[in-house]
Amino acid sequence: MKSLTRPEQISFNVNGEPRDVVIYPGETLLYTLRGDALGLTGAKPGCENGDCGACTVLVNEIPVKSCMVLTPEVEDQAITTVEGLQNAPIQQAFLDHNAFQCGYCTSGFLMVGHALSQDVDNGSPERTVEWLRSNICRCTGYQEIYDAVSSVAHPNG
Amino acid sequence: MTIIGTSVPRKEAPNKVTGRARYTDDINVPGTLNAVIVPANKAHAKIVSMETEAAKNVPGVKAVITGQDVSVLCGDVTEDRPPLARDKVRYSGEPVALVVARDEMAAHRAASLVKVHWQDLPVVNTIRDALRDNAPLVHEKNGEYAVATPPVYPKKRSNIADEANVTKGDADQGMKNSDVKVHVRVSLPQIDHAAMEPRIAKAEILADGRVLLHASTQAPFEVQKLIAKYFKLNPGQVIVTAPLVGGAFGGKAAVQLEILAYLASKAVGGQMVRIVNAREGDMSTSPLGMGLEAEVTLGATRDGHLQAAQMRFYMDIGAYTDSAPRIARAIAAQCTGPYRIANVHTDVFCVYTNHTYTTAFRGFGHMPMTFAIERAMDELAHTLHMDPLDLREMNAIRPNDVTPTKARLTRSNLGDLPQCIEKMRPLIDWNGGKVQSVGAHRVRVQGVAAFWKTSSSPPNAVSGALVTMNSDGSVNLSTGAVEFGPGTKTTAAQILAEKLRIPLDRVYVHEDVNTQVDPEHWKTVASLSTYMVGRAVVDAANDLIGQLKSLAAAVLRCSPDDLDYGEEKIFVRDDPSISIKFSDLALGYKYKEGDSIGGQLMGRGRFIIRHLNLLDEETGHGRPGPAWTVGIQAVEVEYDEETHQYRILKAATVLDAGRVINPAVAAGQVMGGMNMGLGVASREGVHYDAQGQFLNQQFRSYKVMRMGEQPQQYLVEFVENPQLDSPFGARPIGEHAVLAIGAALANALSRAADVSLNTLPITPEQIWRERGARL
Ligand code: FES
Ligand code: FES
Repeated sequence: MKSLTRPEQISFNVNGEPRDVVIYPGETLLYTLRGDALGLTGAKPGCENGDCGACTVLVNEIPVKSCMVLTPEVEDQAITTVEGLQNAPIQQAFLDHNAFQCGYCTSGFLMVGHALSQDVDNGSPERTVEWLRSNICRCTGYQEIYDAVSSVAHPNG
Repeated sequence: MTIIGTSVPRKEAPNKVTGRARYTDDINVPGTLNAVIVPANKAHAKIVSMETEAAKNVPGVKAVITGQDVSVLCGDVTEDRPPLARDKVRYSGEPVALVVARDEMAAHRAASLVKVHWQDLPVVNTIRDALRDNAPLVHEKNGEYAVATPPVYPKKRSNIADEANVTKGDADQGMKNSDVKVHVRVSLPQIDHAAMEPRIAKAEILADGRVLLHASTQAPFEVQKLIAKYFKLNPGQVIVTAPLVGGAFGGKAAVQLEILAYLASKAVGGQMVRIVNAREGDMSTSPLGMGLEAEVTLGATRDGHLQAAQMRFYMDIGAYTDSAPRIARAIAAQCTGPYRIANVHTDVFCVYTNHTYTTAFRGFGHMPMTFAIERAMDELAHTLHMDPLDLREMNAIRPNDVTPTKARLTRSNLGDLPQCIEKMRPLIDWNGGKVQSVGAHRVRVQGVAAFWKTSSSPPNAVSGALVTMNSDGSVNLSTGAVEFGPGTKTTAAQILAEKLRIPLDRVYVHEDVNTQVDPEHWKTVASLSTYMVGRAVVDAANDLIGQLKSLAAAVLRCSPDDLDYGEEKIFVRDDPSISIKFSDLALGYKYKEGDSIGGQLMGRGRFIIRHLNLLDEETGHGRPGPAWTVGIQAVEVEYDEETHQYRILKAATVLDAGRVINPAVAAGQVMGGMNMGLGVASREGVHYDAQGQFLNQQFRSYKVMRMGEQPQQYLVEFVENPQLDSPFGARPIGEHAVLAIGAALANALSRAADVSLNTLPITPEQIWRERGARL
């Protein structure tokens, strides 16, 4: 067990690279990712209590709200942030479907959509809706986001 | 060229899908201090004393500021708001102190240690409370505050912060001449903008006296002016930067955190201080959208021609006025909705309560106002046994009519509502509003509602554009409009590309706004950017073309009048083989011998709104905006008569866009507007308990639409009747789809449930309650 109050160094894998960072044990993953050491500001704080999904990243391929995870919990795990997507089909789908306006919610939706696109075999419209309900977009009508994600999550209807 | 009318992607789109788009809190300077607000936990109470010692002793804390340290009063119209409460608090969530610390954690810990000793005051918790005789006063000094931007007519020793009236014709006589009258009362709670990016501001005071502010704002130039005014600085000293904004909806046109950030920086010797709202504070501390209680009486002839309207609107503006008086005038000026009514009398009251204060919300008061008038229109159709769409078409306001404030309408300044209605009929497959049974206790029904809106902008609103050339002949475009989602910068770039006859990717936009280098743009509000920025861009393009031609004329030894341009060249009109490339002129022309003339070419464009005036105090007459956008909206819902649950099957909008500059972006704006309007009508609203405590300051309790709750189908169509003084005829469309869709929903559900649903939000429980008497 590490100290509960003093900074500690931990290691994890971020976007395919092993990284060592010094953190306070009380830090959320969102805070660590956005901090000076990693500078991954793609994940956004929208509520910091799990309600909005703007902070979503993947932990071992599973979408997780990074504001609800303490960084020590993901020691030695693999984190993927929006910056780690390299020409992923979901990104093009968002462009093609105009699935954003202000763009603040976009990283979070992209990460959920990307996770769905990695598991097409289990894809279905119901599942897409269910997973995307964890995120809020205040600008679009959701239809654009649904269409974009569907095109990669269950491309055959 | 074909750039106008083409669905081009937003300039910043690739950055937004890669996490590279940077918003205010994504750009931080190491060493920045953090400020945290101590919010009041009382809605109305005297501050007897405050203890800040414990907070100051927290390691890392640099300063604790209270209302005693700040004497300035702020306000868009009436200067009634202390940035930090002094003497008493007027809403729960109001900032009473500000803690500045090295890191956020220390600041939060210290904030929790600030102790306030209160003496409770009676809470003004509803509009009715506020208007009672001998009601407790939210502002004892009402009527004595300085007024920054008249007009405003507060009533002393009352909770009425302002009153606006409009009179046209003789409403009493008009009512007498009417065969039928309907009377509707509506009640709408305050709502939250809920932009996904919480409000944030950062301030730094440099040793040379300059103040650098970075904020998520729709109004960087307003921030500049107000900070300069409140703190006695020269405007040029105050430099405001607004990067990409993560949603705004009117809520970021108010200036609040910027002032606190400045105070915080000042308290720590000018170091950079960041202040960011948590979601809870973004809802309860920063301003909301107003609540409304309204009464509308409409009189009409037996065949459905509107004769008279009498209306009273009571706005729940909360504890401070902010822009409420301007919203009140907007409501007064457009009170009839898009209908021709000869006899009108309307009173609008801004009512102080001990609720969170309010500011502009997408539509600038027109959404709640439209709800009231459109519910009355449907009641009228019901009373007359008329098709609600026919009734609206028959009474639609047309060119040569005058508005309630006697502004003259023309084919240019007014969109074509009848044409929109004609397009709506097939689009929604209009069935006259009949209630159709579709199974055991399940019915399907359609509802419609119409809207109009003008900008209600100040009569001297300005905009500007600056175009500089790069060595390869491409151009940079700098404007003062902020990008918060509607593609403002892209639209400006489209207009510039079209005018210069160059591809869109040859225009580089300056994405952030910086008040020191970008030309002034009033505020990025009121859906006016295409019109105002667009006009400035056209002016700048013409200026640049003039410069290109005159330099080319010197080189080509001809008159500029002989020259034309295209494909990034200036050429002789009657012999295009004699030409010179933009790139050879961009930074001056270099002769073979090496000597050069010209220098960098740069186009300057400006615009100021014209022919507007403030409404007359007595009659309310005047011209509140350059043009009125109109449209019709419809929904189809399936309603369960047993559970009162419902599902929105279709939501449709037809609006007169004048000219659609970017069809995909425009359709997205309209769908997003419908989604927000339906969310507001079906589930949103702030709840206060009996003590005036804001109860639902999180998304788990303040419900907004989520995936799967949107209509099964969005239908969007435009008609295009140009507004002649706008670039390419484009009309404002950014806010409008939010305006009437909630009323359309209420109209459909009122018919389905056979009860007047005039209170928002319309939850199944609310329907059950309204029907209660009958069950
Ligand atoms: S910021 Fe994590 S869910 Fe909202
Ligand atoms: S695009 Fe603005 S919140 Fe989704």
